[in-house]
Amino acid sequence: MNKIVKKVNLNPTVTLFDIEAPFIAKKAQPGQFIIVRATEDGERIPLTVAGYDREAGTVRIIFQIVGGSTMVLNTLNEGDYVHDFVGPLGRPTEIEGLKKVCVVGGGVGCAIAYPIAKELADRGCEVHSIIGFRNKDLVILEKEFAECSKEFRLMSDDGSAGTKGVVTNALQELIDAGNVYDEVITIGPLIMMKFVVKLTKQYNIKTTVSMNPIMIDGTGMCGGCRLTVGGKTKFACVDGPDFDGFEVDFDEAMARGRQYAEFEQKERDRFCNLYKQEVK
Amino acid sequence: MAFNMRKDKNPMPCQEPNVRNKNFLEVATGYTEEMAIDEAKRCLNCKNKPCVDKCPVHINIPAFIAKVAEGDFEGAFQIIYQSSSLPAVCGRVCPQESQCEGKCTRNIQRGNPKIDSEAVGIGRLERFVADYHNSHAAAASEKPATNGHKVAIIGSGPAGLSCAGDLVKLGYEITIFEALHLAGGVLVYGIPEFRLPKTIVQKEVDNLVAQGVKVETNVVIGKTITIDELMDEMGFEAVFIGSGAGLPKFMGIPGENYKGVFSANEILTRTNLMKAYKEDSRTPIFHGHKVAVVGGGNVAMDACRVAKRLGAEEVYIIYRRGLEELPARKEEVEHAMEEGIIFKTLTNPTAILGDEQGNVRAITVVDMELGEPDEAGRRRPIVKEGSEHEMEMDCVIMSLGTNPNPLIKSTTEGLDTNKHGCIIADENGATSRPGVFAGGDAVTGAATVILAMGAGKTGAASIDAYIKAKAQ
Repeated sequence: MNKIVKKVNLNPTVTLFDIEAPFIAKKAQPGQFIIVRATEDGERIPLTVAGYDREAGTVRIIFQIVGGSTMVLNTLNEGDYVHDFVGPLGRPTEIEGLKKVCVVGGGVGCAIAYPIAKELADRGCEVHSIIGFRNKDLVILEKEFAECSKEFRLMSDDGSAGTKGVVTNALQELIDAGNVYDEVITIGPLIMMKFVVKLTKQYNIKTTVSMNPIMIDGTGMCGGCRLTVGGKTKFACVDGPDFDGFEVDFDEAMARGRQYAEFEQKERDRFCNLYKQEVK
Repeated sequence: MAFNMRKDKNPMPCQEPNVRNKNFLEVATGYTEEMAIDEAKRCLNCKNKPCVDKCPVHINIPAFIAKVAEGDFEGAFQIIYQSSSLPAVCGRVCPQESQCEGKCTRNIQRGNPKIDSEAVGIGRLERFVADYHNSHAAAASEKPATNGHKVAIIGSGPAGLSCAGDLVKLGYEITIFEALHLAGGVLVYGIPEFRLPKTIVQKEVDNLVAQGVKVETNVVIGKTITIDELMDEMGFEAVFIGSGAGLPKFMGIPGENYKGVFSANEILTRTNLMKAYKEDSRTPIFHGHKVAVVGGGNVAMDACRVAKRLGAEEVYIIYRRGLEELPARKEEVEHAMEEGIIFKTLTNPTAILGDEQGNVRAITVVDMELGEPDEAGRRRPIVKEGSEHEMEMDCVIMSLGTNPNPLIKSTTEGLDTNKHGCIIADENGATSRPGVFAGGDAVTGAATVILAMGAGKTGAASIDAYIKAKAQ
């Protein structure tokens, strides 16, 4: 059991928790993930860490309410306990020696991209950030990204926040302006990462993507999180979650992500009814 | 006392095949007291006791059976418990036919028509005795006096539980670290409810806790805490690694990442640990109509029987060798056949075919024949030329064994592993790191519950000797 010491609703569908977990807080690094179970009979939900406070012994998670299990998680409040909290799992993002990086985040993926951008900036790397959302209501971490980035672009699909357009528009513009990046690090929906990679491939800019497939144990036991990377089967939980974007088979990953779509839809309906909530 | 010279074992009462293949209740319902006494009287109490030699933990089998024959079931339990900390589990899942019962004097001259006789039902009696104890005796509440030495055990599967059981009796302060949210390892995530009810595993864990063992779930050693931290900062004098097998193997054939292809571990974990078979479970599971389970071990048998119980119309075992070569426990194969599983032996998949949405629609397979024996003495399967054909399927479950888990190895300097990645431990369970011992699947690769238990006991004895030597 781990205590929720802070809860913030970042926007109508995205919630931040700081959770008491001293051992994990001591070890966690950007790019790693934890698994949380809200209640005793709940699902194991893998979430990439959005921050940590080694002194206070807390780990930050930011999650989007997408289905039944995240709805239940969101019903917990400050002072409540999550039933299980385990990590840090997976390999940290490799940021050693990078001098100039463009961090591209999409939607709730920005929650995971931010600690990486921050860590890079703290180490003296020149950080450019591009973050994209569907509309202004869904924007998170705008100020935080802006503060740690030399160049900052906010994009929205409908133009209600920042510039109208997708993240690749901004990335194209930054590349065209003569920026030469050691690496692009992108975290967000699979389709967004696929298109970021499509663009960076043209310029041969090394691109790291963070994958978030379906998984159960998160320790290499179930094989549910497998992906094809460079023609080989890799397990996101122990080999990733970061991979070389040029090598990832995104179409397969997208299809595999829909394995339980029908079940999830039913669960969502059931919990929407239960909690009289609406998912946007 | 009169021996019972009847040639066949008392059959195990079971749920009817066509009933049980639709539920998750235990298949075998267990001997009654009368059956147990009758079966126990079949034991000749022979001098050379071949059964004891063949038992990986050397239970004094004739002695416990003699107690059963007398009707002293608790006395029988106490004899088993001297050697085995998990009798209710082992009575259910041990491959008795290749261990104790395989060398039973009653069975040894099978084929000789004059004395052809089945082995004594040792496993069934062990189960009976353990169940009797669990339903009659009060839970162990005695805490042995502590000797002040702390030992960490990694993994709460059969190796870790038996290691903890032996060490706590000697007075050690034991903490078991478990990566999942529930203790029991493969006994809870792998072996299905219908073969090993989870209340039995929980009872074994509760017994250890009552004796003072601490169980820390949700701790991944190698990630949350390293072995160096356990020993240097947290005061553990010795560590036993019983972290089990690791990453599920796939075949490397085209189409393995289509939707509807799973590792047996995933299907079993969703079903057993996450209870996806229950109506109100929040864990999704794929309900296939035509399911191919590739492999022939115990895990394959568990997976095919789970698929059947989840409602599949046709479930196939696809195995590249013959029926005789199936490595699974005999009883599981028989039960699977009774439940309507279709065995396609001497058959090997070459590709998985998908539809436009990326769902499995069929597999292509080739027929095999057995050639010359390989180094291990198993006849090598050879492809029959021109035999390739399709079988319509919407779900494929790969049950091909596992590769070792890299988590502990990659964060523990000086811990040697072999070329396969398994931790190297000598016959006493000692690894290349002083004070670090290991056993079970983490050392041997995927094997059986009882071998892991045996390794846990060996590790416990070695840790006791190591700490005593160090204290002097």
